[in-house]
Amino acid sequence: MKYVDEYRDAARARSLASAIGAEVVPGSAYAFMEFCGGHTHAISRYGIEDLLPPAIRMIHGPGCPVCVLPVGRIDAAIALARNPRVTLCTYADLMRVPASKGDSLQKAKAAGADIRMVYSTLDVLAIAAAEPSREVVFFAIGFETTTPPTAIAVQRAAAEGLANFSVFCNHVLTPAAMRAILATEGEEGVRLDGFVGPAHVSTIIGTEPYRQVAAEYRKPVVIAGFEPLDVMQSILLLVRQVNEGRAEVENQYIRAVRPNGNERAQAAIAEVFALRDRFEWRGLGWVPHSALRLRPEHARFDAEVRFGLETPSASDNPACECGAILRGVKRPAECKLFGTACTPESPMGSCMVSSEGACAAHWTYGRFRMPARLAS
Amino acid sequence: MDLSHGAGGRAMAHLIADLFQAEFGNEYLAQGNDQAAFDVAGGRMVMTTDGFVVSPLFFPGGDIGSLAVHGTINDIAMAGARPLYLTASYILEEGLPLADLKRIAASMGRASRDAGVPVVAGDTKVVERGKADGVFIATAGIGVVPAGLRLSGDLARPGDVVLLSGPIGDHGVAIMSCREHLSFDTAVLSDSAALHGLVAAMVARAGSGLRAMRDPTRGGLAATLNEIAQQSGVGILLREAAIPVRPQVAAACELLGLDPLNVANEGRLVAIADRQAAPALLEAMRGHPLGADAVEIGEVVEDADHFVQMITGFGGGRIVDWLAGEQLPRIC
Repeated sequence: MKYVDEYRDAARARSLASAIGAEVVPGSAYAFMEFCGGHTHAISRYGIEDLLPPAIRMIHGPGCPVCVLPVGRIDAAIALARNPRVTLCTYADLMRVPASKGDSLQKAKAAGADIRMVYSTLDVLAIAAAEPSREVVFFAIGFETTTPPTAIAVQRAAAEGLANFSVFCNHVLTPAAMRAILATEGEEGVRLDGFVGPAHVSTIIGTEPYRQVAAEYRKPVVIAGFEPLDVMQSILLLVRQVNEGRAEVENQYIRAVRPNGNERAQAAIAEVFALRDRFEWRGLGWVPHSALRLRPEHARFDAEVRFGLETPSASDNPACECGAILRGVKRPAECKLFGTACTPESPMGSCMVSSEGACAAHWTYGRFRMPARLAS
Repeated sequence: MDLSHGAGGRAMAHLIADLFQAEFGNEYLAQGNDQAAFDVAGGRMVMTTDGFVVSPLFFPGGDIGSLAVHGTINDIAMAGARPLYLTASYILEEGLPLADLKRIAASMGRASRDAGVPVVAGDTKVVERGKADGVFIATAGIGVVPAGLRLSGDLARPGDVVLLSGPIGDHGVAIMSCREHLSFDTAVLSDSAALHGLVAAMVARAGSGLRAMRDPTRGGLAATLNEIAQQSGVGILLREAAIPVRPQVAAACELLGLDPLNVANEGRLVAIADRQAAPALLEAMRGHPLGADAVEIGEVVEDADHFVQMITGFGGGRIVDWLAGEQLPRIC
């Protein structure tokens, strides 16, 4: 397969691993955060950490939009879905996320709520057009990667005069989250030497938005593709930057990321969405200018306006360490609930539900680290 | 299909005669009794039961009927047994087009004849519209185990090898290609097939070297190997580079963010065997059309945690866990 097999080549992995090992300064320790859940998944699925020298520690970041969604927002979506006139459409990952009182979209669906899994916002428009008597609501989540499809859907709905379509908007912004993490660093925050930057978010926003973050906090950002060789090459570039005292934005994912990003997508986002003053992130608390809502001129497509939605602040199980894990302060195994009360079958927090959450990735792929001698 | 077809009267009698007896055509059904009578060979018998609720009813490479025949035969065959007889019980939804039922019955009849395993007894019930998803089929099967052969999921021992009969993921991807909202063009056909011929070849060649066999259906290879690891109290170590996946299946899984290890198969088997017997078993498998791509994919190891682990194609290590529930496509 093109652009897939070449980027998973074991021989190249070995030579990159040697190169990284050779450039690591003896006696130094490096801590890099892979921001994006897709990178967490790649690192776990391919066992990349087995190929890195012990001096490098990878910290799992909050780039999993399912993981950072506060419980209150899921509660609101479930309440909306329970309205007999509403058809709630959602991406698959949200189905099992635990809300308050052990509820979830999947449980609400089993109890009769009209909740439908979709793969694309175009599916939602099709449902709305086909079922004009239903109030069709799209539960929109995601970083900048998934924001353009929502924007296009709203634009099309406006053009077609769809009267029964709306969006419950929970789109969040990457640079703001990076700042929030770096701002807490040093209190109980963990020392971070740089970021493996998000792949597909960057195809949308380009490389510019990271420059301010890199300059202000003096941390290198290397935008990395999702294949395991991309991740390893990016780690090599980060090690070099740290060694040379640089704090630049580098683009490793040149086959997909342009410096200006995707300008058409950016224009659609700007036309449909406005910045919220602040938004509550699971694990990061209230973060200013970190999320989007629909512009007032699109209020009829805004489910929060249309249904007068209230999103109470709901708290997690007190023993749940999702917050600390999302900030890179704790590892999954350091949470008392990990593997006992909290498993993929009975997730306590979002980190365990989404396959890209740090806890789910660790459970699924790395729960029992293999002895080095078994790796070829 | 209406409720009178299940009511036990003339309509039902006609349905059974015109449709089922016509398609399955064997001496047992022809007698028209509620049961089939046959002499029992001495020795060790196996019996299984299975339910089929697949949606859609018709998919690339098969349908619920052929799937029911293959799946039941395979459960028997995984014990190393020769399948003898099947039963099939139908729960039909009011409103099901009779043409669909005829198509399913014809497919089952064909699968049964091709496998040489007759459907000797059956039952038909009709329920109201909305109470069944078109057709549900429940089956039972019996078979006889060759003398001296005992296969079981709890017999895997450290040092044994793990053999796989062919590429994984075909059936699950074929099904998904039909599902609403996940449509894409793909040339993937379900691998649904009766495996008793392949099993017979393996048993004849090196049966004493076999420990356990299982077909990796729902939950895929990951679930099956985790089951065996738990049952036997061992660990399993796989080599990803050795596990065959067709390019189209791999591409579809890439697109959807699915792991082929978790995708259902309906015409493949996994065999745990004594290391010494592996070359002979592989030769026997590769000599059979359904085992042409048979390969060794790993080994059984000591492991107090009973994990299934894998050396990835990339060179690192990972756990191969079985899924909590349905595998869901990833969003980004």
